[in-house]
Amino acid sequence: MNKNIGYALAFAIALAAPFVGYPVFLMKLLCFGLFACAFNLLIGYTGLLSFGHAAFFGAAGYFTGHALGAMGLPVEAGILLGVGGAALIGLVMGMLAIRRQGIYFSMITLALAQMVYFGFLRAPFTHGEDGLQGVPRGKLLGTIDLSNDITLYYVVLAITIAGFALIVRTIHSPFGQVLKAIKENEPRAISLGYDVDRYKLMAFVLSAALAGLAGATKTLVLGFETLTDVHWSMSGLVILMTLVGGMGTLVGPILGAFIIIALENKLGDVGTWLARSTGIEWFSTLGESVGMVTGLIFIVCVLLFRRGIVGEIGAALAAAARNRKAS
Amino acid sequence: MCPAQPDLVAECCVSLSLRRLLPALLYCDAMEIFGVPLQAMMSQLLLGLVNGSFYAMLSLGLAVIFGLLNVINFSHGALYMMGAFLAFIGVTSLGLNYWVVLLVAPLLVGVFGILIEKTMLRWLYKLDHLYGLLLTFGITLLLEGVFRSFFGVSGQSIEVPEMLSGATDLGFMMLPNYRAWVVFASLGVCLATWFVIEKTKLGAYLRAGTENPKLVEAFGVNVPLMVTLTYGFGVALAGFAGVLAAPIINVTPLMGSHLIIVVFAVVVIGGMGSIMGSILTGLGLGIIEGFTRVFYPEGSEVVVFVVMVIVLMIRPAGLFGKEK
Repeated sequence: MNKNIGYALAFAIALAAPFVGYPVFLMKLLCFGLFACAFNLLIGYTGLLSFGHAAFFGAAGYFTGHALGAMGLPVEAGILLGVGGAALIGLVMGMLAIRRQGIYFSMITLALAQMVYFGFLRAPFTHGEDGLQGVPRGKLLGTIDLSNDITLYYVVLAITIAGFALIVRTIHSPFGQVLKAIKENEPRAISLGYDVDRYKLMAFVLSAALAGLAGATKTLVLGFETLTDVHWSMSGLVILMTLVGGMGTLVGPILGAFIIIALENKLGDVGTWLARSTGIEWFSTLGESVGMVTGLIFIVCVLLFRRGIVGEIGAALAAAARNRKAS
Repeated sequence: MCPAQPDLVAECCVSLSLRRLLPALLYCDAMEIFGVPLQAMMSQLLLGLVNGSFYAMLSLGLAVIFGLLNVINFSHGALYMMGAFLAFIGVTSLGLNYWVVLLVAPLLVGVFGILIEKTMLRWLYKLDHLYGLLLTFGITLLLEGVFRSFFGVSGQSIEVPEMLSGATDLGFMMLPNYRAWVVFASLGVCLATWFVIEKTKLGAYLRAGTENPKLVEAFGVNVPLMVTLTYGFGVALAGFAGVLAAPIINVTPLMGSHLIIVVFAVVVIGGMGSIMGSILTGLGLGIIEGFTRVFYPEGSEVVVFVVMVIVLMIRPAGLFGKEK
């Protein structure tokens, strides 16, 4: 019951948000929220740490950007192409990476994603270091003009909610239960007769496709796509978002994405403020050292609160409930 | 964004060696292999060997650390970068001798590693391996950020020490002395490590600790100390590689992160079970990369990853590995 009220409240806030905040920034938040949720499907519910999710996010961004810009396809086809491309890359990467377990899986995904990065760096249609510029937004279903930020915001909101709903549905489906079983105890899942590799691969492709959906939408919103999105640091960033919000929680990654993206955007202001109020000149360079701050958050999260914000709150609530029952 | 670091080496090597080799090429241009002049081939192979020795040193350190700590040290690349920057600071700001720096910088990196292990990594041993990876990834970002805020992203470099400048004429090629020294020194350090771990009593403790730390501790060996020192030693190797690299590559805060990803691929190819395996895989891949640069330059930055894909398809456990 409580949960439904929470969702309704969040939905109401999301509907009203573009009239209060800056729509493009809000849409960026939504895209990264979906990206983190897609990543969380693997780490939180299947126990696979992919260090290569930037490949799907960025690849879909490039495919969609190319389809909308150079090829002049309609919006739906562009996004579909992005998602399909990401899923295909996910299929190939997944087939290779699941051949090894644990930490090797992470290293393989990282290496393969770096290969994808070089692919996009060299491929002629990506324009190398310049990236894709001026991607048109076009019209949805040929009628709804997306150049209006508010209109586009609601479309992006719908896409995000659809993606999120798919993830929730997957987690609660029998398929999702098998994934959880694999996460908890892989040998036992195998001995129960599950074809673990096939389940892992399906989860991997689904996660890649959803990350692709996020990337494709982001290109549509911002109108450009650069190498930043396929770079390994983006893979690290999505891990951080999920870690901060809470791995294996439904809404944690969204919250984490909001915090990290907001921090990235506002760090310069925070630095200026700190420099002014403390008188230490060094703080004013904070805006340029996003990496340093994200690194610090990483360290603090891993050492002090591994469950993330939502995870810690959930654990505290559960402990409180236990105490009440005991007394 | 992410400078393809081996390429930088390639460029400066080619321009350097071409200038030096031009007279030699005049009488040597008749010798060709598959249409590639022997000179160019040899210099690329040497460059491959140089890169290969860096791969070997770094993957060796990763393997030793993973064996005992069960942590994949992502910050290995950042500590390699730190070694190079310490060399740069030592030589340019403090006016130290290259040889002094070569000794002191790895030691400092090792001490820094010990601090990391004592204050942070220690708390993660009982948890899933992925937390070790995430923590060291965070350390990487932090270190890169710190060096970036002091040195910017543009490259620095230090002079090749006078004793090792110039080149030796081997008849069929000119051998830049410093490059030969890099290969020689790296191999020496790698083989010494192999000898200590495989053939000495200390190494036997270490291997036993990898196998069953509880039992070794019951025999009265101070395992936590051993773990700390192992980590310190592993990252000192990375620092040593950084100092060796400083005179021949662009020293930038980001130089480590591309390298570490390639080294991860090397580790996946070789498997982390065997010390000699790490050394051979590292060198071999460096040479393969060198060959690729001769025959298909565009492929040289991804060839290691391609080899990884092939190995994963044919022998998923890695060339020298067993599933752990």
